[in-house]
Amino acid sequence: MRVRITFTKQNALRYIGHLDLHSLWERAMRRAELPLAYSQGFHPQPKISLAAALPLGFSSRGEVLDVRLKEDIPIENISKQLTVSLPEDIKIIKVEEVAENLPALQTQVLSAAYDVKLTEPVETSELTRKVEAVMKSESILRERRGKSYDLRPLIEMISVITEPNGTVWLKMTLAAREGATGRPEEVLSELGIESETTYVERTRLIFQG
Amino acid sequence: MLTPEQIENKLNRILLRVQKPGRYVGGELNSIRKDWAQAKTKVAFVFPDIYDIGVSNVGLKVLYDQINQREDALAERAYSPWMDMEDLMRQHEIPLYALESKQPLACFDLIGFSLPYETLYTNTLNVLDLSGIPIHSLDRDESHPFIIAGGHAATNPEPMYKFIDAFVIGEGEEVIHDIVNVIQKGKKKEGKWSRLEVLKELAKIDGVYVPQFYETTYMEDGTVAYTEPTIPEAPKLVNKRIVAKLPPPPTKFIVPNIEVVHNRVSVEIMRGCTRGCRFCQAGMITRPVRERSVEEVVEAADAAIRSSGFEELALLSLSSSDYTYVKDLVDAISKRFEGRKLTVSLPSLRIESVSVDLMEKLKQHRSGGFTLAPEAATEKMRRIINKFIPDEDIINTTNDIYARGWTTIKLYFMIGHPSETIEDVQAIADLCKRVLAEGRKVAGWKVKLHAGVSTFVPKPQTPFQWVASDTRENILEKQALLKREFYKDKNIKLSWTKPEDTLVESWLSRGDRRMADVIYTAWKNGAKFDAWDEGRKFETWMQAFAEHGLDHAFYTHRQRRTDEVFPWEHIGAALRKNFLFQDFRMSLEGEIRVDCRLNCFACGILPTFANLRRENPGEGWKCPDVKSPAPKTNKANIELPVVGD
Repeated sequence: MRVRITFTKQNALRYIGHLDLHSLWERAMRRAELPLAYSQGFHPQPKISLAAALPLGFSSRGEVLDVRLKEDIPIENISKQLTVSLPEDIKIIKVEEVAENLPALQTQVLSAAYDVKLTEPVETSELTRKVEAVMKSESILRERRGKSYDLRPLIEMISVITEPNGTVWLKMTLAAREGATGRPEEVLSELGIESETTYVERTRLIFQG
Repeated sequence: MLTPEQIENKLNRILLRVQKPGRYVGGELNSIRKDWAQAKTKVAFVFPDIYDIGVSNVGLKVLYDQINQREDALAERAYSPWMDMEDLMRQHEIPLYALESKQPLACFDLIGFSLPYETLYTNTLNVLDLSGIPIHSLDRDESHPFIIAGGHAATNPEPMYKFIDAFVIGEGEEVIHDIVNVIQKGKKKEGKWSRLEVLKELAKIDGVYVPQFYETTYMEDGTVAYTEPTIPEAPKLVNKRIVAKLPPPPTKFIVPNIEVVHNRVSVEIMRGCTRGCRFCQAGMITRPVRERSVEEVVEAADAAIRSSGFEELALLSLSSSDYTYVKDLVDAISKRFEGRKLTVSLPSLRIESVSVDLMEKLKQHRSGGFTLAPEAATEKMRRIINKFIPDEDIINTTNDIYARGWTTIKLYFMIGHPSETIEDVQAIADLCKRVLAEGRKVAGWKVKLHAGVSTFVPKPQTPFQWVASDTRENILEKQALLKREFYKDKNIKLSWTKPEDTLVESWLSRGDRRMADVIYTAWKNGAKFDAWDEGRKFETWMQAFAEHGLDHAFYTHRQRRTDEVFPWEHIGAALRKNFLFQDFRMSLEGEIRVDCRLNCFACGILPTFANLRRENPGEGWKCPDVKSPAPKTNKANIELPVVGD
């Protein structure tokens, strides 16, 4: 069976990279004694795939993975067994069975939503003006690893939120398709905010269909 | 002092600028986070090398569990930050903190350093400095934690005597509780003890050495005349502590969230060794041999694999082949873990075909290579070091390994043994080539060989404690020979130890109290991570020796007088000096001593621990039973051996 798990990644685990997260899940599933399906070949690997890499330092309330099991087991058992075998900074939000024949998980991601908390005070009107300018612009040419690209089409939405107590933060939705991924730190740099003064959390991944 | 919240906030600003930030955040499965306010005694265990190496250390894991099982205490962990992190921590004024609570190390009651090897000394000073704790023991007051250290390097604690408040000599499982109890008693509000009073109480515990209560007097030639206690509470000889029976092995291994050197479960199957290889400090100082039962090992391994999810299991001991029930163990392990995709390693196997049978049972794949340690390549040298294996046994075994499908064999050798000549080194090259040539006859051209050639360092409490370390020039010449010999053959890979590493380890191993200032100065001038290419500062060490008017050759390249009093003479490994000396003399004659399971050579263990053995007779120890009746005194159960008899 093919199982989709939505989970959080927070606190200490913000500093764990994509490959390490993959091994962490492998071990957690082994501890939970789930009947993992393995790939063929000389070095069989369990069939676990993570939807989209989360940049180091970001926390998340909505990461997604698919895992294939060689036998069917009740969904509620999976979640119960995994909960006790995960480190405390990963919590399971949802476990669901998905059709075996769906395309690979990574190809299904369209975009990702982020909350950006600011650790240094900012001028709200100035920030709002910059956000509007970004949203109104036709294109924003930038460089990433020596290659020029247009950031603008990768931005779906940015909004400035002001709390009743005056705290200001940002919400944004950026493209997260294969080969077309908007990065929060690049948007922040366009807005004149240093990423060291922010706390970014991915809130959810948005899928096709 | 910063609070954990302040430390975390500061960390969040720097962690993305260092390599592998996962080293510095904790949060691992099976790490234990207790309520800070509830614990009466807080202990931090430090492995003073990077997280990647320290986190899998089994010794500290045992102690971490021992303390956390107590209701009145907690134990947390810290490691040396790598250089990039250290720079940022100093720049942002972040003190070294424990991974579980993020409390600064300076807020703990007790800090325990693991010192398995001497090249961690400068890092130990660095950890104290990063924690804001005075480096010198005598500069600490009631506001500072007690600094203790243990591990094999504590066999000669003297080079570190100025920095460590108390050393644990021998095994830590029981004594750590005695230490925590003293510290707890001393902290009670009514009549709180002074630091000095606590240290005096610690000095009374068997196996605890408090160096500030001892003084060394030197002879005119610079050697030690004697080291004596300066207060009545301190014993003349501090003998090592041992446990009569190995306690249950840890089963809740910390599972790192990043890749580290050993992502594995380790179960100690046996402690001690009866082989008596003369170069091997571990084999001498971890006696007597005590084995765990097959059942205990298998159950612990199973529980630990289940709770960690690791893919690798290491069955640890100094000499697996000597474990009495090794065949049963291998059968039981392969049966229990069948089909569970587990790699099992069984290190330190004897060079014989039985070993190949054992490995065959444990491994589905032969990709890992097969490791054997002849240590020397001529029969003459093997007699000198007391690891006697005829050449033919080596060839038969390696042929067998290649024939059964392993393509790579790793052979460990040492150069710089006492009485070694260049011909003995040439023999290493010849033997490796012969192993490969014979291997080709049985398994074809795909066979490979890896020769790991390290350099011998004479260690305290071994039959070779009297001998000189080889000189830098000799080591370089011997290594050049091997490089020249192996250069042409792409199927032989050679690895070696840099002579500078060997020399640093050598003077630290047999140093006296005067070495403490050298260590301090070397560290002040930038020496740290002495076992790392990035850290080694040989010239800095040379300058430090010069600054204190000492000659490193006095410690490294000097053959000791037969009647010399060693700097570690007041620290007992329960080995009679005369036993070691006799063995040294035998090595000069090329005489071997057999496995002491076959014949007790009266090393000193039984007289020292006669009562313990009397209370624990039978198979548990591999020493003979003690038949004499217990003495009728109610004095402490330690009978001191006569030193230097």
